[in-house]
Amino acid sequence: MTEAQVIRRVVKPVVWVAGLTPLAWQVWAFLTGHLEAEPVKGMEHFTGRTALVILFITLAVTPLRRVTRRNSLIKLRRLIGLFAFFYALVHFSIFLVFDLELSFGDLAMEVVKRPYITVGFAVLLMLTTLAVTSPQFMVRKLGKRWQKLHRLIYFAAAGGVVHFLWAQKKDIRLPLVYAAVLLVLLGVRLFPARRALPRPITSSQ
Amino acid sequence: MLINRPPDIKSSEITDETLYWSRREWLASVGLGVVGSLALPKWLRAEQQQLKPDSWEIITSYNNFYEFGTGKDDPKANAHTLRPKPWSIAVEGDVKKPATYSFDDLFKGMKPEERIYRHRCVEAWSFVAPWLGYPLRDVIKRLEPGTKAKYVEFVTLLDPVQMPGQRRGVLDWPYVEGLRMDEAMHPLTLLTVGIYGKPLPNQNGAPVRLTVPWKYGFKSGKSIVKIRFVEKQPMNTWQLAAPTEYGFYANVNPNVDHPRWSQAKERPLGQLFKKPTLMFNGYGDQVASLYAGMDLRINF
Repeated sequence: MTEAQVIRRVVKPVVWVAGLTPLAWQVWAFLTGHLEAEPVKGMEHFTGRTALVILFITLAVTPLRRVTRRNSLIKLRRLIGLFAFFYALVHFSIFLVFDLELSFGDLAMEVVKRPYITVGFAVLLMLTTLAVTSPQFMVRKLGKRWQKLHRLIYFAAAGGVVHFLWAQKKDIRLPLVYAAVLLVLLGVRLFPARRALPRPITSSQ
Repeated sequence: MLINRPPDIKSSEITDETLYWSRREWLASVGLGVVGSLALPKWLRAEQQQLKPDSWEIITSYNNFYEFGTGKDDPKANAHTLRPKPWSIAVEGDVKKPATYSFDDLFKGMKPEERIYRHRCVEAWSFVAPWLGYPLRDVIKRLEPGTKAKYVEFVTLLDPVQMPGQRRGVLDWPYVEGLRMDEAMHPLTLLTVGIYGKPLPNQNGAPVRLTVPWKYGFKSGKSIVKIRFVEKQPMNTWQLAAPTEYGFYANVNPNVDHPRWSQAKERPLGQLFKKPTLMFNGYGDQVASLYAGMDLRINF
């Protein structure tokens, strides 16, 4: 198999399975009563952290490409990024259904009144924009602007960490770990690649 | 959309019987015949009959007790290092009988009462517990505070060996709470020593904790080692940690939000949807008069 074939036939299916595993675990825990005594809070925290971790993995693709010199890794980036969006959407949906009971009036009020929800909602809108503009034809349509637009991921990731940090009552150790990971992922981008890589062709095939 | 989980009612109904018997054994072992709930005022008895206590499992496995870690399941996992026996409580300040009392001496000759109360955490979750405790007013009366005793301060155990969470400075240790004298003397306020007729498990604040059912849970300090009668309003630990978010009074109030979240609703533990939070946690008829004329937005 060529490298492209390996990616398509082996790596991508693995990414799909890995990406759906957290969801499967939550659904199982929900159905069998294995969630904590505050099940909704448990699901919100779990899906939120999962979204952030996957967002970090998305951000790790480019540095990893440089280190491994395997340019083909880029073909995984869109799929991974879409999983991050998916978990952010599930996270938000749980909040909307179980905390706000589908009241969009309450949602508007929360977004306006509570800074950490304002930030979280902004992140969701950014990730939605990125997801909507991720298909091939959008990439082609937007041309050079696509690259610029997709720098939104940096702001989404930073906003996600702020949202996480801000939601804590007192113990901020875990969000600080996330912040540190994000700083590393953003920091490595400040160092240009030793040898210029060909501009990533964002097509998946 | 919503898949029903097996109802939680059954397990608690099954455990009721064993709890009933263990309660009787324990009460017998400490030389007590009857739980003195007959002395309760009528409204409280009626109220108690309406409330259905949550299961032992719920009440004892989801706790905020940072002395054993900041996770909700940390106290149950880590509190085995606490040694609630023997235990002594120092009584200080403007009081006729300052001394260090043993646990048994402090409550000598008194009968604990079972009180089924709502418990509302400032984090917007709640449960109903059948506490077993001594009305704080009865203890205070015996200690005979003086005229300068305007407030009662409760200091809880400081011992990083027994309480490993204290090795971190996540809060200023020891945990301190306080009540105004009229709040402390209110018939609802308890020095709690048990749940479901059994001694308090360590994670719930063994061997003695406060229960102030119309206030957010953090007012109810756990594992108390010192009671001080003071003239000035004490600084409680959470107020010290975040003065804009936690005040001295901390009365349950659906109309005054926490700066970062709403207090209008609460989620009963184990349930998916929230229910409206009641003013003073449902004890307004009994306690609202304590705060007549006070702006509860300022005195949050």
